[in-house]
Amino acid sequence: MIKKIVNIFKKVNEDQNPWKDEKSDKVYAVAALFNTPDEIIHAAEKVSNSGYNDFDVNTPYPVHGMDDAMKLKPTRLGWFSFALGLTGTLTALGMIFYMNGIDYNNIIGGKPFFNFPSSVPVTFALTILFTGLTTVGVLIALFSKLPWLNNPLLDSEYSKATSQDKFGIYIKSTDSKFNQSEIETMFSSLGSSAVSLIYDSKVNEKKIKTPIFETGFIKILIGVGVGTAVITYFTLNWVIFQMPFDWMVIQPKVLPQEKSKIFADGFGMREPVPGTVARGFMPYEYKGMPDSLVKLLANPLPVNEKTLLTGQKRYDTYCSPCHGNYGKGDSRLRGQFPNPPTLMSEKVLNWTDGNIYHIITNGQNVMASYAKQISRDDRWAIVHYIRALQRSQNAKDSDLN
Amino acid sequence: MSYDATYTKELPLVPERNSFKEIDDVILKPVDSKPTKKWWIAISISGTALAIGLFCWTMTVLYGIGLWGNNNTVAWGFDIVNFVFWIGIGHAGTLISAILFLFRQKWRTAIARFAEAMTIFAVLCATMFVALHTGRPWLDGYLFPYPNQNAIWVNFLSPLNWDVFAVNTYFIISFVFWTIGLIPDFATMRDRTKSGIKKIVYSVLSLGWSNSNRNWQHYERAYLILAGISTPLVLSVHTIVSFDFAVSILPGWHTTIFPPYFVAGAIFSGFGMVLTVMIFVRKIFDMEHIITLDHIEKMNKILLATGTMVGYAYGMEMFMAWYSGYIFEQFTFLNRAFGPYWWAYWIMVACNVGFPQLFWFKKIRRSIPIMFILVLLVNVGMWFERFVIIVTSLHRDFLPSSWAMYYPTIYDFGILLGSFGLFFTLILLFVRVLPSVAISEIKAVAPGAQPSHKHEGGSH
Repeated sequence: MIKKIVNIFKKVNEDQNPWKDEKSDKVYAVAALFNTPDEIIHAAEKVSNSGYNDFDVNTPYPVHGMDDAMKLKPTRLGWFSFALGLTGTLTALGMIFYMNGIDYNNIIGGKPFFNFPSSVPVTFALTILFTGLTTVGVLIALFSKLPWLNNPLLDSEYSKATSQDKFGIYIKSTDSKFNQSEIETMFSSLGSSAVSLIYDSKVNEKKIKTPIFETGFIKILIGVGVGTAVITYFTLNWVIFQMPFDWMVIQPKVLPQEKSKIFADGFGMREPVPGTVARGFMPYEYKGMPDSLVKLLANPLPVNEKTLLTGQKRYDTYCSPCHGNYGKGDSRLRGQFPNPPTLMSEKVLNWTDGNIYHIITNGQNVMASYAKQISRDDRWAIVHYIRALQRSQNAKDSDLN
Repeated sequence: MSYDATYTKELPLVPERNSFKEIDDVILKPVDSKPTKKWWIAISISGTALAIGLFCWTMTVLYGIGLWGNNNTVAWGFDIVNFVFWIGIGHAGTLISAILFLFRQKWRTAIARFAEAMTIFAVLCATMFVALHTGRPWLDGYLFPYPNQNAIWVNFLSPLNWDVFAVNTYFIISFVFWTIGLIPDFATMRDRTKSGIKKIVYSVLSLGWSNSNRNWQHYERAYLILAGISTPLVLSVHTIVSFDFAVSILPGWHTTIFPPYFVAGAIFSGFGMVLTVMIFVRKIFDMEHIITLDHIEKMNKILLATGTMVGYAYGMEMFMAWYSGYIFEQFTFLNRAFGPYWWAYWIMVACNVGFPQLFWFKKIRRSIPIMFILVLLVNVGMWFERFVIIVTSLHRDFLPSSWAMYYPTIYDFGILLGSFGLFFTLILLFVRVLPSVAISEIKAVAPGAQPSHKHEGGSH
């Protein structure tokens, strides 16, 4: 497998390497190698003084004084760095001003939301960051015009020598004064150790297409790019919701209805301590006692419209499902349970208010206690309403008066 | 980068023109040859340390930082100690590559590339600790101001946020500076190599660099600008790290001496680490003629100077505590020297101020074994300096009822070991795959590399 990939790489290197393409017949430049820095300075001075413009010097390291010998203008790189560094300063200040001063204020010890002293460190850092990145970007792209992998110089013996220990100079064929034999003679007279011709590459002459611009290759590149992005997106979205990234959902605490290992009964929820009473709770004196022992006082509530309406509402909610809307014991539950008794019987008519209240509170036979569902006052209001029902169901002629 | 003076007396140059080829051969020997047995032993040791660290790292991510020794009182333990320690180590690299460049210290050339690489690796180790110490490192994206669904921006009044910007800028600029220096060396490697794959890789990495003087002209200016901006940057980074402490109101932290004190300490510890590694590398890769004893002696002088500066800061801190008349401050410093962590304090003083004084003697400055012991002690001492500053200030503050001791756990030690493993693994990989000395720069300062005639008002 690995051998296969290696072979592919080797093949690419030999056959279709975009930066080792075939040389054309066109002369790109005449190049000469020198052995010492003194010679190359002298050669550069001579070439520039002879009026050539399209020439360059290749040295393994920057040779002191070469810029003057070649009559190069001072670089303007610094101005770009300065301008974009200043952009960094303003970006940082603007960012902090907007974020903390306008959009999201932090109240910290009454300090101003935006203030200059505390903005200095971040502003400084971003200034440096912008300056550094633009210096490098401008150096590579604008001033050095790199990457340039089709440079005809590359891979030539001339280029290999100048990247190690020789000092080279070449004059391009595009120069207005270019004359091959004349230049060769000049280089030889300057004491060059080797004068050679450099041929242009076919790619630069636009005779063949660079392999990396083939549509198939670009399609593969786009495909790989999009594929990687999609796979990364979905993988990351899956990964960040796996353990241990639990987003604090899993916490070492007992939730309602959960088991607990701490308590002997295994319940997470606890009962209050015995004897605990709720706020406003009044113990019921006759709890669980038979009817006959109950000696309750009369209904504490006055009979008025409000009480009766409350009583009606509570009766309809809690009592009517069994006892019926009019207390006749005729609800639709008839027949499914032991039939709920009518409230219109002689027995109930003769009960005191306290008797009815006791049954609502305490329950009777299959009827459960309603003390927890209905408050004390509402129970008494229901008693009033039952009295009203009893009277309306057994109305006499005298009631019309 | 242009010098016209001789580079060193010790470089054996027989016929001058062969020497550049020799430089290439010596520097690129580790890159061109197969790894030696020594290298395999070294990387297996550092790899083991890294694996232990990765295990503890994973456990911390899985179960949280409750595994560490940090407690309510000592909320910053090994995590921040190691962060400050590693950031400090990084500072030597930038100092060597940028500040010494601006001061035209030609001897820096031999060690600059290596020291820059150490900067990058050390900052990586440091960021690992702060990233982990947030507790849920997968949410560290919130450290940066980006428009998020909560409509919250980061707090620019906080020194911890300044730290995020300072450290990230530091890493990016150091990396860019380092990469720019590598481009001409990649071109040299591209022209030397016989292997097809290496050729492709180096061609792409060198961007088609052709050593053209029209490019060198801008390149040198860019290098100067980067050195110029890195110099204030390196001073600012440890200053801002010291703000994390100095802006608080804790006795022992709340002092104005912290920024210069931290920067001096950073350079001191960084040089200690550079020397520790350099002593081995020059031996293993036969670079004694490129990284010479003269260079090492100069670095020892810097160690002596910065170590004494740090010693001055220790004394001044004590003086300020006494002179302030503030009982909490006075207690903190007495507690440092004579409290339960007295041993850490005296290790720090001995290793950072005491032993480096031996460098006053020229014989010791030039003796590799003694020097090696001394720089190891410097590394230990500077680690303890951060421990003393952080732990002893925190463990007994204003409220005696909250006083506590700090006991690091096995995970704390494991991650510390792992950071050393990461650092040395990266160093070992670096010396194998990249030229550990800047080839084009070293050629420029070799004897006879520059024209002998009177240069007419050169650019420098």
